[in-house]
Amino acid sequence: MRSSLAAWLFVAPALLAIAVFFVVPVAAALLMSTTDFDIYALADLRNVRFVGLGNYLHLLQRPLFWRALLNTMFFVVVGVPLSIGTSLAAALLLNSPLARLKGFYRTALFAPVVTTLVAVAVVWRFLLHTRYGLLNYGLSSLGLTPVDWLGDPRWAMPAIVLLSVWKNFGYNMIILLAGLQAIPGEMYEAARLDGAGPGALFRHITLPALAPMLLMVSILTMAGHFQLFAEPYVMTQGGPAERTVTVLYFMYEEGFKWWSLGSASSVAFVLFLFMFGFTLLQLRVSRGTGTA
Amino acid sequence: MSASASPLWSRRGFLRAAAGLCATACVPEDPRVLRFWAMGREGEVAMQLLAAFERENPGLRVRVEQLPWSAAHEKLLTAYAGDATPDLAQMGNTWLPEFVALDALEPLDSNVRASREVELRDYDPGIVDTNVVDGRQYGVPWYVDTRLLFYRRDLLAQAGYGAPPRDWDEWLRMLGAIKQRVGAERYAVLLPLNEYDPLVALWLQQGEPLLRDGGRRGNFRSEGFARTLRFYLSMYERRLAPPATNNEIANLYSELARGYFTFYISGPWQIGEFKRRLPPELQSAWMTAPLPGPRGPGASIAGGSSLAIFRRSRRKAAAWKLVEFLARPGIQQEFYRLTGNLPARRSAWADPSLAQDPYLRAFRDQLERVRSVPKVPEWERIATELKLMIEKVVRGDVPASRVAEELDARADRILEKRRWMLDRGARG
Repeated sequence: MRSSLAAWLFVAPALLAIAVFFVVPVAAALLMSTTDFDIYALADLRNVRFVGLGNYLHLLQRPLFWRALLNTMFFVVVGVPLSIGTSLAAALLLNSPLARLKGFYRTALFAPVVTTLVAVAVVWRFLLHTRYGLLNYGLSSLGLTPVDWLGDPRWAMPAIVLLSVWKNFGYNMIILLAGLQAIPGEMYEAARLDGAGPGALFRHITLPALAPMLLMVSILTMAGHFQLFAEPYVMTQGGPAERTVTVLYFMYEEGFKWWSLGSASSVAFVLFLFMFGFTLLQLRVSRGTGTA
Repeated sequence: MSASASPLWSRRGFLRAAAGLCATACVPEDPRVLRFWAMGREGEVAMQLLAAFERENPGLRVRVEQLPWSAAHEKLLTAYAGDATPDLAQMGNTWLPEFVALDALEPLDSNVRASREVELRDYDPGIVDTNVVDGRQYGVPWYVDTRLLFYRRDLLAQAGYGAPPRDWDEWLRMLGAIKQRVGAERYAVLLPLNEYDPLVALWLQQGEPLLRDGGRRGNFRSEGFARTLRFYLSMYERRLAPPATNNEIANLYSELARGYFTFYISGPWQIGEFKRRLPPELQSAWMTAPLPGPRGPGASIAGGSSLAIFRRSRRKAAAWKLVEFLARPGIQQEFYRLTGNLPARRSAWADPSLAQDPYLRAFRDQLERVRSVPKVPEWERIATELKLMIEKVVRGDVPASRVAEELDARADRILEKRRWMLDRGARG
């Protein structure tokens, strides 16, 4: 009894901090999402109306919300595998015994992660330029028709995916590289003696050994991708034709551009539910395949 | 409606208590120091102007706090919510209605009436009107801007026209002639799909309110909007304007130099940019012109910034002195020399540096015909819906025939809270 009291006392400061900085704000936001809190409410709290689930119902009727959800899902479904694939490929290359100048390449590939996005955006806007961009120069020298990357509604999101993969793959690469370096060399040697080729080595040794890392990397990457905001904010401002409006961008505009804080809070909770659901799914899948 | 007035619930009361604690403990409030918020370059320059003011008023000091334009609106709102508004601030003319709705600003009617320095007759009526909400004056215009035509004189002359257009038909003929000369790869006019100001300016020319029922509902199903929309969309349909946003243009100035387009609708800040960024051989090739209207010279948007005093200021008399000081024609001229911002006082335009500037002639003329956008806090959001809708039509996602109805529905939805507030105000 006494020891449990002491334990509570010890965790009390942490619990208090969590309560003040997490539980209370979340509860307040949940409450706010059931009101039409806006600029008028800022003037006088009597201008707040309780709307129950009204914000949520209205949200489901707004084409822009579905558009934002679709855009975000596209970004997650295409961007996450592409990003992790690129990270893994880069990590494997860097871990190869044949690689030279490892330190230099590791730094070079990690550099985009620590570069400010705004500077990156300026450079990429020129890379992606329809008439003078390097990317289109490459396409047309291959005999392909140039793409209006940031102006064509079909290509804007793929362009954002490209930018984001380039910007972020270095981070996961470092984590996976650490994982690769922890795999004991004897396992490869033993497998090679048994006659395993490079494909079999990768499938039966590298991947299973990396599985816990890959699971963590995929959960973190997915959570990050669901919260895509800065890239469209600096590159396209949600355009063209709202094709790069993501759920978080939509929430930002609702909340901080138009000050519809009630409705913005409801967007936050819907996004939370989505991310929660997807993470559960991921955990279940990885448990099913026995990797975690 | 569940919000009661009990002190526990009252967020403002709580903040005020917190601010009170802070005022005594951490921020010593000096009664002789005026807090003045100004944006961007204006903020930098204000400090230079104010040395003379402090000499004239030995007991007063002014602390200019400079806000970046991109964050200014948000900062003003959070300052309001946190009871930390300055004594006076520069405020975009289109922001005033929002802060009036918050009851954050002090009406200035009696100050203006009693003042010998601020002469409202010496301002453009369209500009003064942006500061009047529900019949009361909430600001004094500091500097003005509006949108009009910037164009390449040489390209227009090559197409066979020696003077800029005066009305829509003439403009369309010119655009057609230019397009014929420059071919499929280049255009006659740039109307970026991510800007709503050009379209709003053309709609204002129709002389009808952009919202109806006293700002309660959208007015997109009106004759005037239909005419404006037809005219505007025809410029994209006939490939006179590129279906592009500013993001795709990348560098406006090099594109204009290259002749990618001939006409562009923009504001006075571009004069300095054009002088700086266009190559020397093109410096005599560009000019400004008033915006053409449906029949002869048309109206445009009344823009610019005003000076407003906050209701919670405890130094309102001193703040008003500063407003008066900044409204003096001589100070306005000085301000123009430092920033390039156009003086709101008409008499300040007598200065040779303004009166003899060829690029400013069109602005002086246009300022006589400026109109305010609807003075409701929701206007910017409605205009953004308009912009998005036009982009969708130009990109072929939405038929032009559905625009008016759809926009009215969205505007009405956005204005729902305002209608509720007004109706409740009428009942209460």
